[in-house]
Amino acid sequence: MSRLAWRNFVNNVMLSLTAVCTFLTVSTLFLILGYLVYNGGKSLDWNFFTQLPKGPGEVGGGMANAIVGTAKLVGLASVIGIPIGFIAGIYLSEFGGITFPFIIRYIADLLNGVPSIVVGIFAYAVVVLPLKHFSAWAGSVALAVMLIPVVVRNTEQFLQSVPQSLREGALSLGASKWRTIVTVVVPASISGILTGIILGVARIAGETAPLIFTSFGNQFWSSGFNEPTSSLPVMVYNYAISPYDDWHRQAWAAGLVLLALVLVSNILARGILARGVAANRG
Amino acid sequence: MSVDKEKMATAPQRNISMASMETLHSAGAQQTGLATKIEARNLNFYYGTYKALSEISLAVAPNSVTALIGPSGCGKSTFLRTLNRISETIKNTRVEGEVLLDGVSIMDSDVTALRRRVGMVFQRPNPFPKSIFDNIAYGPRINGMKGKMDELVENALRRGALWEEVKDKLNKSAYALSGGQQQRLCIARAMAVEPEVILMDEPCSALDPIATAKIEELIFNIKSQTTVVIVTHNMQQAARIADKTGFFLMGKMIEFGPTDVIFKNPSKKETEDYITGRFG
Repeated sequence: MSRLAWRNFVNNVMLSLTAVCTFLTVSTLFLILGYLVYNGGKSLDWNFFTQLPKGPGEVGGGMANAIVGTAKLVGLASVIGIPIGFIAGIYLSEFGGITFPFIIRYIADLLNGVPSIVVGIFAYAVVVLPLKHFSAWAGSVALAVMLIPVVVRNTEQFLQSVPQSLREGALSLGASKWRTIVTVVVPASISGILTGIILGVARIAGETAPLIFTSFGNQFWSSGFNEPTSSLPVMVYNYAISPYDDWHRQAWAAGLVLLALVLVSNILARGILARGVAANRG
Repeated sequence: MSVDKEKMATAPQRNISMASMETLHSAGAQQTGLATKIEARNLNFYYGTYKALSEISLAVAPNSVTALIGPSGCGKSTFLRTLNRISETIKNTRVEGEVLLDGVSIMDSDVTALRRRVGMVFQRPNPFPKSIFDNIAYGPRINGMKGKMDELVENALRRGALWEEVKDKLNKSAYALSGGQQQRLCIARAMAVEPEVILMDEPCSALDPIATAKIEELIFNIKSQTTVVIVTHNMQQAARIADKTGFFLMGKMIEFGPTDVIFKNPSKKETEDYITGRFG
């Protein structure tokens, strides 16, 4: 083979390889989506949203308590995790020196990489064991621990992307540092920060492992945050490994609902980011 | 040294559109008494261990325009940024010596109060990502200024020579304005808090000649209300607008004096070399 032909050959092989890998990536997503929509769609009915689970082996019922439970867990985790992560992100970006933020950043990244089951064990140890029972509190603490590093790093990154000249502009008008951050720096990057928060919340909404031995599960409604609480991901897990066909059906339905939630948050987040960028460009 | 304003006015570089400003220019110069508005004494500035400014002493008269010229990296911007302590926002820097505002050291005053009195306009327009109105109202609001905000904004925009162009779109984003308009907005924003001194760091370097002419006209106009210190790379600009000019080179101030003396009859060889374009 001539040198030129060889080079063309290599070129074509590599191009094909990139195309194949791209196709594999995208097709996996569509395969999951398609399978879930097919199986979940035919299992989804109105009862799923309105009724409590039926006993083992019985047909019918729904996951109304798990839907509300997931909302409670994610809501409480957001209330705990977002302010802490957001304010810590401000500190890292605006107030930190050089060494200390480096350490914090590193720790946040490590925390982000901790397996979710380990976070679950941590919440079990610090909340469940002292209280001697499972609760929504415990589950929310576990989810918040997962949310905080995501929010910290995201907030920091978007604050860092605000040009220094805007800070100087506000400072030179006699604004204090804190005033500058609140009135100029955060508003200039709020769409990015919000996007990151929504994506982070969507991510913890689908977490199963941290909830298995923290919020545990509940066949009935749970009142307040102090009782074991049902959640969609744990229901998917429990129902999928059960021996009952009708529970398998409902597991598919729950999976579809979860995916729809994540998808909607993603689209919402991208919408906010796009609008924010458009507004900044006038 | 005899200051011949007529000669100055007929200097070949002088922009024709500035002709109407000559009277103002002279008037401003005459107001310049012996009093000192802001003064640096033996100022040294360090980035880490690098000494960026060395023994700068300079006194600026009230209601005057002072231009600082010199090649890139000579420290003129650094010097400007020490005058309202915005230099402190860069880590690992250090100032020695004194800056006096109305005879009081700026190190002794509260930094936010100082920056309200000594405003700043930057090299690139830096409007906030807010509406035109909110950009101007920002300073008065954070400083709790009294009075009707609508009037404050209109007055500031008039002083910034921008009112006629934006009066119908005050709620539009400031980013929708052209570069020159944005810079005038930034000047108006700085003027809105009624500062006693305005520092300008190459305010026209990102602008075209027409926008530059408008800013220069603006500087003439605000001189009656405030004291202007301007860093510029454009020597014609310094010659057109400044009462006094300082020439910086490698962190030192080589020469400081009335603008026409600096440009026509400099006493130092380095100044002459720079002005005649032999280097820099």
